[in-house]
Amino acid sequence: MKRLSEERTKLVFEKLTKYIGGNLKLLIDRPDGTYCFREQKEKVYYVSEKILSLASTVAPENLISFGTCFGRFTKSGKFKMHITALHYLAPYAQYKIWLKPSAEQQFLYGHHVAKSGLGRITENTAQYQGVVVFSMNDLPLGFGVAAKSTADCKHADPISTICFHQADIGEYIRSEDTLI
Amino acid sequence: MDIVSQVLEKAAQDERLRTTEVQKHLEVEIDEGSLLAVDYNSFDTEKIKTNREDYFKQLTRDNVQLLINRIWELPTKRVDEAVVATLPKPRFVLPRTHRLPKPKPLTKWQQFAKEKGIKSNRKRKSKVTWDEQLQKWIPNYGYKRTQAESEKNWLVEVSDHADPTLDHLSLKTTAKQEKRSKNELQRLRNLAKAKNVKVPRVGIPSSDYYQDTRQIATAVTVARSSTASVGKFQNRLPKEKDAKNIKEMVPGSKKNKQPMFKPGEEVKRNLGFVDKILSKRPAISIVSNPSESQNRQTDDESPRPKKRSKISKKGGKKPKGGKGKRDMHTKVGGRKRRQKN
Repeated sequence: MKRLSEERTKLVFEKLTKYIGGNLKLLIDRPDGTYCFREQKEKVYYVSEKILSLASTVAPENLISFGTCFGRFTKSGKFKMHITALHYLAPYAQYKIWLKPSAEQQFLYGHHVAKSGLGRITENTAQYQGVVVFSMNDLPLGFGVAAKSTADCKHADPISTICFHQADIGEYIRSEDTLI
Repeated sequence: MDIVSQVLEKAAQDERLRTTEVQKHLEVEIDEGSLLAVDYNSFDTEKIKTNREDYFKQLTRDNVQLLINRIWELPTKRVDEAVVATLPKPRFVLPRTHRLPKPKPLTKWQQFAKEKGIKSNRKRKSKVTWDEQLQKWIPNYGYKRTQAESEKNWLVEVSDHADPTLDHLSLKTTAKQEKRSKNELQRLRNLAKAKNVKVPRVGIPSSDYYQDTRQIATAVTVARSSTASVGKFQNRLPKEKDAKNIKEMVPGSKKNKQPMFKPGEEVKRNLGFVDKILSKRPAISIVSNPSESQNRQTDDESPRPKKRSKISKKGGKKPKGGKGKRDMHTKVGGRKRRQKN
């Protein structure tokens, strides 16, 4: 496992700030122990020092996962978030979308969120803002990107897309083998 | 007298004993200098057919007789009981047995001097020079040269700042040896050039192969790591560095190692990054009324507010290229594209 290089750290943080903004500082500087970002086989993990020291005893070729996988670097060098990061994104999310119970299944099957499925949306959400998707009883379902700003949402057609799907908890079943 | 007439008669009868007079249809061309006689008369074909050997013998004898006759016309002198004729210079031009020798190919320096018109007025050195110190002639090279040298160099002059621990005598000899080997190399190179043999270049590669100094640096870096031990034991010049553009591809090159962090320093660095990123992000314009609650429920079934934005958004229309609201300043991974200003 490696520490992230400067460029890669920036890429990861840029992506994370899209969802949680300044709350990212809370993830980096935690009162309950030191947590850090580590890279292993192009995947980025968020781990506490304690777990890290334990994981370092495992040979890197045998180490499958440690801590929480936040995402991975694509071959073209972009950072892609995994659904496993949701656990840390949901409590700190700045922009949220709540889905109606009827639209939940659609989203969990990997579809975009249409206007008809939109229950609530955070005020002043800008277009292309990273948002975390919740069910109406505040269960985090995944995350995506706002296709329309809040103002535009009001006037949108019922079938028009409000939020582009990026990851949902259905992936835990759909892509069980690739998701670690 | 009878005996004389008898002998003459006998001689007349005997074909082998003939007079010195030889009758020829065409005169035989004779060059006394090279003892050459050229007979242009045509052969008697009948005699060749009947008695070939005798005919040729006779013919040869006649021609030689003519040559001898001519020789005795030349001025003669007596040397130790023998009469000798002095031959004139040969008139006949003999063709060469060997080819004309080629002109010696010029050495590199000679060619350079010829091109530049440099004329050295260096005279031919003599093989020996007078040595004041030894008070005798010593050879410039070769036999007994080193002996004279060692006699002469029993002491080496050294400047005040020289290192006293070094063996200056041997240093001097090695310097000389190096000079000599360099000269030998140049000699061999001249030889190869004269024979038109291709010799692999040493030292700085020519501009035929590398147009750019950066290319040379690249080549050097690659060459260094091209040993069995990926260049681990290869010497470097002082301050020599690997070429930057291929540093990551070259095995065994020193990669930019991540700095070791003290505890807590990584967190500080990461916080710095976050601050930078947040300051870069454009401030999000808040459209709605700030007095309202932050999380407002939008009721999509309820009638729309009367104030509709004029820009009606048509769903399902394909986005057109170049009209997106892409932020050109946020850095993304991947290929760097040129930005239009």
